[in-house]
Amino acid sequence: MSKKKASQATESNNFFNQHTGKWTTFPMSWLTSTDHKRIGLMYGYSMFFFFGLAALIGLIIKLQKMYPASSGWEIIPPSLYGSFFTLHGVIMIFLFILPGASAVLGNFLLPLQLGAKDVAFPRVNLLSFWLYLGGAILAVVGILLGAADTGWTFTPPYSVTTKTISIFGFSFDSVSWMLVAAFILGWGTILTGINFIVTIHRMRCKGMTLFRMPLFSWTLYATSWIQVLATPVVGITLLMLAIERVMPVGFFDPAKGGDPILYQHLFWIYSHPAVYIMILPTMGLVSEILPTYCQRPIFGYKSIALSSCALAIFGYFIWAHHMFTTGMSDFANAVFSLLTFLVAIPTAIKVFNWSATLYKASISFQPALLFAIAYVFNFMIGGLTGMFLGSLSTSIHLHDTEFIVAHFHYTMFGGAAFGLIAGTLHYFPKMFGRIYSKGSAYAAFVLMFVGFHATYVPMFIMGMNGLPRRYHTYPDIPLFSNMQFASTIGSWILVSGIMLLLFTLVRGILKGEVTTERNPWNSSTLEWQTATPPTLFNFEQDMEVTRDPYDYPAFRLEQKKSKAGGKK
Amino acid sequence: MSSQTTSGAVTEHSEHYDEVGTRLGFWLFLFTELFLFGAFFIVYLVYRTTYLPDFQTASNQLSTVIGTTNTIILLFSSLTVVLAIHYMRKGIKKMALTFLSITILCGLAFLVIKSFEWGGKFDHNLFLQLRGNIEQGLGSPLLTPGSSEMLPMGQVLFFGLYFIMTGTHALHIIIGLIWMSVLWVWIYQGKLKTDRAGILENGGLYWHLVDLIWIYLFPLFYLIA
Ligand SMILES: [Cu+2]
Repeated sequence: MSKKKASQATESNNFFNQHTGKWTTFPMSWLTSTDHKRIGLMYGYSMFFFFGLAALIGLIIKLQKMYPASSGWEIIPPSLYGSFFTLHGVIMIFLFILPGASAVLGNFLLPLQLGAKDVAFPRVNLLSFWLYLGGAILAVVGILLGAADTGWTFTPPYSVTTKTISIFGFSFDSVSWMLVAAFILGWGTILTGINFIVTIHRMRCKGMTLFRMPLFSWTLYATSWIQVLATPVVGITLLMLAIERVMPVGFFDPAKGGDPILYQHLFWIYSHPAVYIMILPTMGLVSEILPTYCQRPIFGYKSIALSSCALAIFGYFIWAHHMFTTGMSDFANAVFSLLTFLVAIPTAIKVFNWSATLYKASISFQPALLFAIAYVFNFMIGGLTGMFLGSLSTSIHLHDTEFIVAHFHYTMFGGAAFGLIAGTLHYFPKMFGRIYSKGSAYAAFVLMFVGFHATYVPMFIMGMNGLPRRYHTYPDIPLFSNMQFASTIGSWILVSGIMLLLFTLVRGILKGEVTTERNPWNSSTLEWQTATPPTLFNFEQDMEVTRDPYDYPAFRLEQKKSKAGGKK
Repeated sequence: MSSQTTSGAVTEHSEHYDEVGTRLGFWLFLFTELFLFGAFFIVYLVYRTTYLPDFQTASNQLSTVIGTTNTIILLFSSLTVVLAIHYMRKGIKKMALTFLSITILCGLAFLVIKSFEWGGKFDHNLFLQLRGNIEQGLGSPLLTPGSSEMLPMGQVLFFGLYFIMTGTHALHIIIGLIWMSVLWVWIYQGKLKTDRAGILENGGLYWHLVDLIWIYLFPLFYLIA
């Protein structure tokens, strides 16, 4: 029955005008849709909104640092500085980059890449989105009303004792709100993870063996396992912290017998693997983008696929590298340091494979590819500076300085966010059936790339010279004031690049040139064989896969054959 | 069925039901539940090691009789849910409904007993007052910081863990009860046919998990003296 329905579909029928439920009018037709493509897009709209919002908050934070406070410069009052970086961090991490590529592009692409009609549990998928939306609203309202200032890590005992200021006449425990919000968001991710694992195991089309899956699906697989196995631990830990704030028990408050270090262990057991939740799917996206614009098979397919799984596994055993200064035993420190160094291996395998794919290829420099190459470049700097932090002696010196902030932004912003942007630009025509303005995408890239390094390189230097993070000001000595000034100017370039990019995307969605071309970049993977934009059930007929995903020679033969067939 | 009109609604493609996939997804869900309680157990073990004498004293104040009764009730309900699934598979609807009812009743009995036990603890001001109230002098004298009668830290931690862990467990019982009541209605109305016993089986798996967690909670809180 579904076959017949699908075969009648024409190019003008697509998931924008086909509905899954009885609701056919906007917004309910979207908010109640179980279609993985609509859910992916809804995640996308909300996440890029939060990205823009938190970027503007980051801009204000940088503006505060433009001149030292001793010169009379004050944008944010010192008492609110903590709330600003908390707002920036919580939105960027919990609402943008953590669900990130796996929620937006993962939802949109996973069934397309596997040749399936939808994910395994479409209704659960919709529930995940609702949990995300509910948690996001709770978190934003919570921080805005109560100005929580714990930072995104909620480290006790400060997070237990900090008072939240009252606004509109009533006191508001915004930290507890945020903790509960994080718990709800966590369940959204867990359910998405379960959904993806079952989809990958049960919904692959005929001929799609595990080692014929596109690499993005592989990284989603590794990501999903981390989501399922790590998120419950942090969820319950945050909930205990919330209970501790309202009731007289002290799970983590040393004044009541609790152990704050225990909290850090439980928090980082999740939050170190969580950085792989953020970065792994974007590694998959880059692995899709590079072979497409090079028109050649990716170098070392299996090693990329398996190194993703290795990262997911290793990621569990290195959490305590966040705690070298908490007074753990030297033996434990040494072990965790060693294991941290091991993680560099699977990462390096990927970087070598990507470089080898680019080597001597005839490259087409589309905007998506530029972002992907920038991703590799930024992520390498982020990864190598991570080694400074993973080795014990330098970690003591660099801990809690601006250096660590720069490192984190190089991996998560220059890495994960650049990768997500690259993927969005790459799949944009497939998602919307429209083409964005390439000129302004190039301009956005140049601004973002230049602005990014101008913002964060000075922070590396300041951190190495001992400037602590999370302070609203700094001593007025030439090194710091010059560097801060440069960094602030960099943030202006960076944020104007981000805004131009968001403008390009929105304009492309609303007014871009309409296209129905199925495979504009001439990519060999399965998702490009659907209509543009795809129809509700994705494929016109049941698909069968007969070759490897990046087998470009075979792909070119197929194209020749189908052209010859068309002429006859 | 026409899906071709541009505004036409297309019905969900739920034609195929993948029992293996559903079970796989469900097992994954059960694992996340285990990890969730796993975090509790880690915290419990750390503080038990630190404050062992306090934990033993506090544990003595819990009634072993009540705990044992509840354990037996839950174990028995696990048996009845298995029987319900067994008769569902065989296609004997009436017996399946009967055993499902017994399971639900056992769950309710567990909750009633639990609430009496909790109520006793509140009456003795052993826990669950809001911090704000205590700071204003409205709450428990036992837990007011600085009071001469304040409980030792270890005992406060014990009761804190006792309430949050058994509370989370009771929440799971409630979810399980709602779930099984819905299934009961579906079977009664004939919406859930005997060839889809897998759905009831997932409900049963969930109930076993709740049961299993209690098997660990019981000795940890009631029997450490
Ligand atoms: Cu880490």
